[in-house]
Amino acid sequence: MPHTEDALLLASHIGKQFGGLSALDDVSLHIRRGEIYGLIGPNGAGKTTLFNVITGLYQPSAGGFQFNGMHYESGKPHLLAQAGIARTFQNIRLFANLTALENVMIGRHVRTRAGVFGALLRDRGTRKEEHAITVRARELLRYVGIEKPAQTLAKHLSYGEQRRLEIARALATEPLLLALDEPAAGMNASETENLKTLLKTIRTSGVTVLLIEHDVKLIMGLCDRVAVLDYGKKIAEGAPEEVRKDPAVIAAYLGGGGD
Amino acid sequence: MKPDRKFVMLIAALVIALFFLPFVTDALLGRGWVRILDFAMLYIMLALGLNIVVGYAGLLDLGYIAFFAVGAYCYALTDSPHLAQAFPMLFPVGVHLPFWIVLPMAALVAGGFGVLLGAPTLRLRGDYLAIVTLGFGEIIRIFLNNLNAPVNLTNGPQGISFIDPISVLCVSLNKTQTFFGIAFPSVHLYFYLFLAFTALVIFVSQRLEKSRIGRAWMAIREDEVAASAMGINTRNLKLLAFAMGAMFGGASGALFAGFQGFVSPESFSLMESIMVLCMVVLGGMGNIAGVILGGVLLALLPEVLRNIVVPLQQALFGRTLVDPESLRMLLFGSALIVMMLYRPAGLLPSRLRRREFGGDDAAAEESVYDATH
Amino acid sequence: MEIFLQQIINGLVQGSVYALVALGYTMVYGILGLINFAHGEVVMIGAMLALSSLTALLGWGVTPLLALPLSISLAMLGCMVLGYSIERIAYRPLRHAPRLAPLITAIGVSIVLQNLAMMIWGRSYHSFPQLIANNPHNIGGAIINNIQIIIFVLALAFMAGLMVVVNRTRLGRAMRAVAENQHAAQLMGVDINRVISITFMIGSALAAIAGVMVSANYGLAHYYMGFILGLKAFTAAVLGGIGNLRGAMLGGLLLGLIESLGAGYIGDLTGGFFGSNYQDVFAFFVLIAVLVLRPSGLLGERLAERA
Repeated sequence: MPHTEDALLLASHIGKQFGGLSALDDVSLHIRRGEIYGLIGPNGAGKTTLFNVITGLYQPSAGGFQFNGMHYESGKPHLLAQAGIARTFQNIRLFANLTALENVMIGRHVRTRAGVFGALLRDRGTRKEEHAITVRARELLRYVGIEKPAQTLAKHLSYGEQRRLEIARALATEPLLLALDEPAAGMNASETENLKTLLKTIRTSGVTVLLIEHDVKLIMGLCDRVAVLDYGKKIAEGAPEEVRKDPAVIAAYLGGGGD
Repeated sequence: MKPDRKFVMLIAALVIALFFLPFVTDALLGRGWVRILDFAMLYIMLALGLNIVVGYAGLLDLGYIAFFAVGAYCYALTDSPHLAQAFPMLFPVGVHLPFWIVLPMAALVAGGFGVLLGAPTLRLRGDYLAIVTLGFGEIIRIFLNNLNAPVNLTNGPQGISFIDPISVLCVSLNKTQTFFGIAFPSVHLYFYLFLAFTALVIFVSQRLEKSRIGRAWMAIREDEVAASAMGINTRNLKLLAFAMGAMFGGASGALFAGFQGFVSPESFSLMESIMVLCMVVLGGMGNIAGVILGGVLLALLPEVLRNIVVPLQQALFGRTLVDPESLRMLLFGSALIVMMLYRPAGLLPSRLRRREFGGDDAAAEESVYDATH
Repeated sequence: MEIFLQQIINGLVQGSVYALVALGYTMVYGILGLINFAHGEVVMIGAMLALSSLTALLGWGVTPLLALPLSISLAMLGCMVLGYSIERIAYRPLRHAPRLAPLITAIGVSIVLQNLAMMIWGRSYHSFPQLIANNPHNIGGAIINNIQIIIFVLALAFMAGLMVVVNRTRLGRAMRAVAENQHAAQLMGVDINRVISITFMIGSALAAIAGVMVSANYGLAHYYMGFILGLKAFTAAVLGGIGNLRGAMLGGLLLGLIESLGAGYIGDLTGGFFGSNYQDVFAFFVLIAVLVLRPSGLLGERLAERA
């Protein structure tokens, strides 16, 4: 395998079964540091399942993966977040009854340390940390472009704002890999364009991005490399232009649309 | 962050008002009502403790009173003649540790039970905690009722009496004391003690609420999967909330035992757990002011029912058809249902705290709208 | 040895009642993912309804042979209406609310039913009339009476009937489809609300039967009988693997056996320290043990992975 030495994430032979159903079958892929990696495929191809495996939500039935040099077989989500994988969810999962700011502040949890005694005594160290959390959270809100509704409850934000808030919350964990599950779903053209700019900025800041997307056009214009899943199997991987011409991919998409 | 002048004035006014409250109550309604106030304070303490578990972390604890029982029996066993009577060889004069040692001990023992119960349960879905705590609430009573034989540990259904009263700085709270020429009856003294503890619990709740830990609890309450994906160790934090709630319950139990001078298993029925839960739900989960309001309302309700419903029925039907006790439980049950269906945020929705953050009027308005729908 | 056999018989009879109640928990959990705390109270209401109608019918001079099935049917009917109303009023409006909400209404319903029952039927124990000659049969030194035999056989018959309904009928297929994936079932034209209502009604009818069985077996009915029974039946459902019908039956029978053997031998095991008044404690420790060792239960699938 070429370039595996600079791989941030190296998934090998991952399989996942639900009951008798095989959702993932022997999927291997590697994501390099600093790239935007796209994962596409028709509905039900296993994209989100793969996502859930590498973010620790599901335990793979077979195989395992390496992240940042560490091997994981059955990660726990909080350990993977600590290791540097942050994610968003296909159907937005914000902390609905907390403010936008609080949502991002919770993202700082994994990089801060104050415990019960810190909370009760509110000593100098805790106050400093708390201040830093707030400052950083506000910065991130500004970064994704929603500094105005900082005190609004997450559930009252507009759809596009909620998507951005999820990204800000994920970035607050200081990830090495930012994993986005269909971030453009339900966005209009101008919102999608803004998102594209944001993702490019994030990549420039040194964060590797893994992107599941339905919108093939977005993937093509944005990703350095893409992998295509179909029926739980990887059927192609490579630069967007090559993959687009791959007969297997064309068949999968046409076939998927046909029945 | 500095407390502004208005806030200080408000607190000062509140302190003065609360100082005179037992005297005013005593003069207007009689000493019995001061005792009722004392119990109301204990219930508020309990409700605030449960609020950490239910309101902050979103864990349903249906056997909360069991931790109260553990704390009460801790104090009862160490500071009563019971052990000396039951085990004259081991404890010739009983234990009789000072209150300030037994209180944290009671909290720790109750917290220990919380960990024992929570550790296996909290890694699973939340529903299991509800049923396990429900079971625990019953089990603890079975043990308290039956551990009088063959070794008499709890004295069974008769309970333990002659518990030492609480003394603070060598001043016994059990008799009238005179300071600065003012006579403070025992129930007044206990009121101040409970008030101090309630203030402490409020302080702790408030500090926790606005901390990294409190935010993590609320994240778990809102969406456990998303919380763990953000790097929150959900199991440990849930256990922490559960154990802290249990500790508050245990400490309140010790206060209860000292105040009452007597404990028996029947004080710790499922209905008590439900009543405390009701206080939290009625006032508004996760909201300190709301929980206090719920505690006051529900602690006074039985007295109101006794004084209104019974005479009313006597006047209408010539006899008591529905006893106030079952009417009260019926009201609690219905309140839980109605609140969840129509006003899940409680009577005092915690959204009002947005105002403290300042500025965002639109959000405040929106949330008031939200709370009423 | 006689004691052992006797405890086995008692355990199987008691366990078959647990199994019937456990089925109600597990069916609702399978479909809605909700612990129906009020289910134990439905059992109690069933017993009380049967008792009241039986007393009334006998008072009117109806022969016991007719009065008994008639009153049981009335109890079942009453509980079906009750189960339907509980779901309609307390659970359906909260189907998409945060998980805490339906749990709280469930406990609320349970408290309301308990106290309503106390107001209607009073705080005292009611004795259940003995209508079936209590001929004791001797099996290898152990005693089993007619009522116990009827309970056991009837319980098995109802469980078999339920399995047929679930596995062989259109309704059963719809129930399984809703349990598997509500959304997909809806797309396939299944009326989800109807299926859920029917599930509650079936569970409640079984609960009514179980209530009659318990009170016939002990000759007593009481407004508080549903609470502990409900806890134990839930434990049975978890032991077998909640959501799994066969698991509920297996768990019920097993729990009955554990309890009666435990109560029979606890004195010997602990050197006389604990007596049989701790019988109610076993179920709880079984519950904790299952949650520690095998939270998915004996026949269940892993629960954790339903994100």
